Amino acid sequence: MRTTLRKAARTLGRSGTASAVLLLVVVAAALAAPLLAPHDPNQGNLLDAYGGPSGAHLLGSDGIGRDILSRLVFGARTSLLGPALVVGISLLVGVPLALAASWYGGWVDAVVARVFDLVYALPGLLLAVLTVALFGPGLTPAVAALSVAYVPFLARIVRAAARQQRVSPYVDALAVQGFGMLRITGRHILRNIAPVVVGQAAIAFGYALLDLASLSYLGLAVQAPTPDWGVMVSDSDALLKGYWLPVAAPGVLIVLTVLALTVLGARISGDKPPGYLKRRRRSAAPPDRTAVGAAA
Amino acid sequence: MNAVEVRSLNKFFKAHHAVADVDFDIPAGGSLGIVGESGSGKTTIARMLVGLECPTSGSIAVLGRDRSRPARGSTERNTRAQELQIVFQDPYTSLDPQQSARAAVDEVLRHHGGRSASERAQRLDELVDQVGLTVRQALARPRDLSGGQRQRVAIARALATGPRVLVLDEAVSALDVSIQAQILNLLADIRAETGLAYLLISHDLAVVRQLCDTVLVLRRGRVVEQGDCGQVLDDPAEEYTRALRAAVPVQGWRVAV
Repeated sequence: MRTTLRKAARTLGRSGTASAVLLLVVVAAALAAPLLAPHDPNQGNLLDAYGGPSGAHLLGSDGIGRDILSRLVFGARTSLLGPALVVGISLLVGVPLALAASWYGGWVDAVVARVFDLVYALPGLLLAVLTVALFGPGLTPAVAALSVAYVPFLARIVRAAARQQRVSPYVDALAVQGFGMLRITGRHILRNIAPVVVGQAAIAFGYALLDLASLSYLGLAVQAPTPDWGVMVSDSDALLKGYWLPVAAPGVLIVLTVLALTVLGARISGDKPPGYLKRRRRSAAPPDRTAVGAAA
Repeated sequence: MNAVEVRSLNKFFKAHHAVADVDFDIPAGGSLGIVGESGSGKTTIARMLVGLECPTSGSIAVLGRDRSRPARGSTERNTRAQELQIVFQDPYTSLDPQQSARAAVDEVLRHHGGRSASERAQRLDELVDQVGLTVRQALARPRDLSGGQRQRVAIARALATGPRVLVLDEAVSALDVSIQAQILNLLADIRAETGLAYLLISHDLAVVRQLCDTVLVLRRGRVVEQGDCGQVLDDPAEEYTRALRAAVPVQGWRVAV
């Protein structure tokens, strides 16, 4: 267990490990919200309105006296649920399409790739605003629209990675051994491109969180009394009266979470941390495996 | 019955005539070498035999079953897999990087079924033993194995379907000379034990001479010369075969500076 953790920390690098820890804390807070939150997130005491940080309210309270820390902790739930649904649905739709396109190639691939390009050209937020205009505001229409918009963001990368595997001799060998498309793509190719898929999904999660927060900020996704980071940032009343903490606290959380997801995603999919090459050159160069194969 | 029968085989890639009117037979348990320079169509013939390319015209039959069209359905695909297997040139890319030797061979055994769990485990041990892998090597991922060890894994995996014909597409070309000799000995042993028919594709005449009964010389997709291995290689009738033979570096051969 300990060696597994250490190995993971080494592959992720310092920034990747810090990001993973931050995200674990956020997820744990969301899961254990009722245990962690010091107050009811929806119960305000008008006598505490815009109270600064104190022993009872560590991050102060908002315009109707609700505890900001408790709202942040409970807000993590809605703020993470939305992007999780978006990424989950996009993966379910996009990964099979991308694998099939890379396997069959030819016109199947051409059609799928053009559809991806087409959807990719639509801004996700625009699509979400249109959907909300049609079906009314709420988390469900926003998530549905963003799920469609995020399919190409994930599937284009998966298709490119799978195409690379498709032409490698081990895939030919499996085909000659009698394995079919489902088995080879689902078991062998997918396993070999897993880091790319997981990494890209983490990055997409960050973007989706940002998009949903923006929509909630505009009043189009999560609705007002529900604790949500995006909704909290839209508390213009606080800003107008000169209280920055009720807006800054959720804002900082959004920025940190999205940043952590982006860094972690990049590390998982194999991007080296900045300064990696410099550090690497000082230590002994790794043996060149391809050179061994060329001897003959 | 011949293990392999190929008749007037042709393959075009757009306008390029990669394989032109090739005929050959491999008797059951026999072994044919195909030699020729790069681009002579050797590998294209191998890929058509295993079904990775489709012939433009002509026929290929293995154990009497036609395979000049793609397999229809999984039953046909599996039957073909149990008749003929291939070992590729590059052992560094022909194994799934995520799979140990045992896992790779076991997956094939499982797929081709018909065995109880204990029979399968026994067959797995036999195969690992037959190709000369240690227990530890068999549990390692490909990146922790040398080229020769990886090629042993590839051979075990090919044997796992229980084929009667084995195509060796430059299977020792990527290995250094001492390892080459080990793998060639292994292949000769396997053939003596199992009576497999071999189709060996190589640009190395010494390798062909060691492993093959008959040989076919290919140039620009056409058969130049065909016949008994010793006769063709020792006493070539064709200019091209002589040129191929003369191109082999021998003792006293100097590199021009």
